[in-house]
Amino acid sequence: MKYESVIGLEVHVELKTKTKIFCGCSTEFGAQPNTHVCPVCLGLPGSMPVLNKEVLHYAVKAGLALHCDILPFSKFDRKNYYYPDLPKNFQTSQYDLPICLNGYIDIEVGGKTRRVHLTRIHMEEDAGKLVHSGASIDTSDTTFVDYNRTGVPLLEIVSEPDLRSGEEARAYLEKLRSIMQYLGVSDCRMEEGSMRCDANISVRPVGSDKLGTKTEIKNINSFSGVQKGIEYEAVRQAQILDEGGTIQQATRGWEEAKGITVLQRVKEGDADYRYFPEPDLIPIEVSKEYIEKVRAELPEMPDARRQRFQDELGLPEYDANLLTLEKQTADYFEDVVKEGIDAKTASNWMLGEFAKKLNEEGVTADQAPVRPAALAGLLKLIAKGTISGKIAKKVLPEMWSSGKSADDVVKEQGLVQITDTGAIEEIVKSVIAANPQSVADYKAGKKKAIGFLVGQVMKQTKGRANPGVVNQLLTKNLE
Amino acid sequence: MEALTIHALHDKLVNKEISAVELTEKFIARKDTVEPDIKAFLSDNRKNALEAAAAVDKKIAAGEAIADMAGVPGAIKDVICVAGQNTTCGSKILEHFKSPYNATVIEKLNALDYISLGKTNMDEFAMGSSTENSAYQITHNPWNLDYVPGGSSGGSAAAVAAGEAVWSLGSDTGGSIRQPAAYCGLVGLKPTYGLVSRYGLVAYGSSLDQIGPFTNDVEDCAIVLNAIAGHDAKDSTSIPQEKKDYKKALINDVKGMKIGVPEEFFVEGLDDQCRKALEEAIDTYKKLGAEIVPVKMPHMKYGLAAYYIIAPAEASSNLARYDGVGFGFRADGTDIVDMYRKTRTEGFGPEVKRRIMLGTYVLSSGYYDAYYLRAMKVRTLVKQDFDNALRTCDVLLTPTAPDTAFKIGQNDNNPLAMYLGDVCTVTLNLAGLPGISIPCGFKNGLPIGMQLIGKALDEETLLRVAYTFEQNRTDLKKPLPMGEVEL
Repeated sequence: MKYESVIGLEVHVELKTKTKIFCGCSTEFGAQPNTHVCPVCLGLPGSMPVLNKEVLHYAVKAGLALHCDILPFSKFDRKNYYYPDLPKNFQTSQYDLPICLNGYIDIEVGGKTRRVHLTRIHMEEDAGKLVHSGASIDTSDTTFVDYNRTGVPLLEIVSEPDLRSGEEARAYLEKLRSIMQYLGVSDCRMEEGSMRCDANISVRPVGSDKLGTKTEIKNINSFSGVQKGIEYEAVRQAQILDEGGTIQQATRGWEEAKGITVLQRVKEGDADYRYFPEPDLIPIEVSKEYIEKVRAELPEMPDARRQRFQDELGLPEYDANLLTLEKQTADYFEDVVKEGIDAKTASNWMLGEFAKKLNEEGVTADQAPVRPAALAGLLKLIAKGTISGKIAKKVLPEMWSSGKSADDVVKEQGLVQITDTGAIEEIVKSVIAANPQSVADYKAGKKKAIGFLVGQVMKQTKGRANPGVVNQLLTKNLE
Repeated sequence: MEALTIHALHDKLVNKEISAVELTEKFIARKDTVEPDIKAFLSDNRKNALEAAAAVDKKIAAGEAIADMAGVPGAIKDVICVAGQNTTCGSKILEHFKSPYNATVIEKLNALDYISLGKTNMDEFAMGSSTENSAYQITHNPWNLDYVPGGSSGGSAAAVAAGEAVWSLGSDTGGSIRQPAAYCGLVGLKPTYGLVSRYGLVAYGSSLDQIGPFTNDVEDCAIVLNAIAGHDAKDSTSIPQEKKDYKKALINDVKGMKIGVPEEFFVEGLDDQCRKALEEAIDTYKKLGAEIVPVKMPHMKYGLAAYYIIAPAEASSNLARYDGVGFGFRADGTDIVDMYRKTRTEGFGPEVKRRIMLGTYVLSSGYYDAYYLRAMKVRTLVKQDFDNALRTCDVLLTPTAPDTAFKIGQNDNNPLAMYLGDVCTVTLNLAGLPGISIPCGFKNGLPIGMQLIGKALDEETLLRVAYTFEQNRTDLKKPLPMGEVEL
């Protein structure tokens, strides 16, 4: 039978406020364990939470960018459950009156635009990090708790089951990341855990509108993992149904290395979290004026920016799309263009050599040691004819590792392009003399043979000869 | 007798009739004498107290002004966090727990050069009405050692009544200041919810808890309230408002004021002699020119039931953190769940367990609507009753408790009887209103308490009405039950 997947995502996005959601501790990632803690985030007796207003600000910002209704009256609730990474044994979250309801994200897959609806967005606190001496809490003699992450603000963004494939899920996540980054509310780095995703998936025969039994995939920490995990699970569920089996409602963990999902926990009905209103926090009232103030702050969003890159900078849709996917890339690109670089030239470099370097180093554009002005400096040298594009490709990694300007690298390494026709002509003549076969081929009509001769000239000049001049002189001397 | 008040001792300090160190030593000596019988304290803070007293003496010697409370020995209920000191909440689960930080009220008192002789005994996590639920000791009523001092702030009440401290702080979730004040013949105030910061008060029922003072007279009550009231950014439920001087409310005049008497509080179980004392109090007010207004509060009868759903519900969540992981007592277990279970089984006493189970039950899916949600609706109705009554009246007058103190052990096997004793006090916590208990008579040598209930944030009127009664009924004053403190 042919099946279709029905997928809904629950995404946790870590907000990059300076301080935690209910206390003044730093949210900085990677600090020594238990150094960013206080009585409040440790849940010590007598301590009380106070809402960080910036968290509400970010939540409203995200809600508006995702076309949500912002509730004028919302509140925090306690979600009660025991786990050692949760110092109070309840999580302060939002239950029946979250800050945002409804909303949508438009995604582009296979050239088509699809609208994915959002159920809700709510604010909550993150839990701490457990470090086990063994594989898990049940098999370890010792488990350590790092409370640095306890109380880091999160937005939980819940989608409707509108997604139909792993590819769509991935596109949704990438779009969501892009929007969050544009807003400046989260870095959304899945590897660092500042964006986490649980996927609910069920399959049903194509044409049916009934929902099948779902499983929840947890522990996914990459965009490709989301896609692969869902694709794996869709196939697994379809096989079971084809064999006449039934799907077990369960939580399954994604094992990236093996590319499979494994059973973690069978769900016997819903867990009872005994939600009730958090008595230590007063309800959140958001005025119309506040909402409009935040709306006015919204930056240009990725879709609008893409359109602008096409309309104003004359970029092809393909370039504009790739450049605007990540805000850092788009910002970087615009900074390069501001330095007086032709947009298409800048785009070619950004999507070519620069992107390659970013991938190699595993960083985003904002973290690149070569800043936009420096890259523009390199591109200007090409434009002026000081170096060739080919040489420039060698200069970029040197700038990256040494932090030097393009000018300095080119000068120090003697990479300035040779444009002196006299000097080049001498080399051209010697190359013609040394390669009679190629010359003969050329004269016999194999015009391609000139390529070999150009290469020889470049080799002798260590690539510094102006390729245009070389071509011109070779043709002249061969005729 | 006059000497045992903050205001009188303040004068003696300022006039250099006695030094703060001498005063503190006198109270330490007194404590050493009576504490074996009373057992009000869980810790001894004499070293810090004497150091703080010496600092006050230095200020006096230098001619500096000192705060009203400066240098006058007090005591702190062991549910309020004091940096570096044990905060046990009367529970084994926090036996060796030292708070790393000060509650906001302690910060405020520190700024006024307060002196504390130690942390006082209480019902475990403030759950109880007799202080018999402490994991450590039973506190005795100074008026009759066979009787309870009330609870849950029984240690704080007994310490002041026994002359071991001049004032003390308690906490009140359903009557835990007012009822022991009544049982021990003291003035006890539960302020408006949000007037005093709860930051650093170990939570029992977060939407009900308030810190408040025990004192020997109404003027002292105003002095301590001045010290601890005020907005605190660390407590989101704290109410932003201008600082008031409650001493200005001490006016001996109730002429033309309307005092409401809700019949629902004069319950069937109300003891005859207590009723008589209250009627006499009403007469006193009449004679002083107040207008007595009978009022009806039809939803009060549901208040106690609602309270015993809401408070345990919040407690079940507030007390979840005592799990042996990060701090406090831990029992060894074979795995994490076993460790949780043993820690909580061994660490909590029976009343705490009872309320955690009750609270967990009423919040469970399938029961939430029938219990918690319904109780919250009752809470709204109770509030409306008070709003209606206080629209026409300046204050309401009721008994603090249906009877005087009961014998130690009397309610051991009857938690329900214990709960019923809270019938007059819990509704104020549900409504967030201020209430004060002041002595209005004696029955068989045990004090009777009268409760006055005020409008939200109108502690001034409450203090004024209480002060007027106190000034005009000096006949009710008796010497301290354990004898005067020799100064």
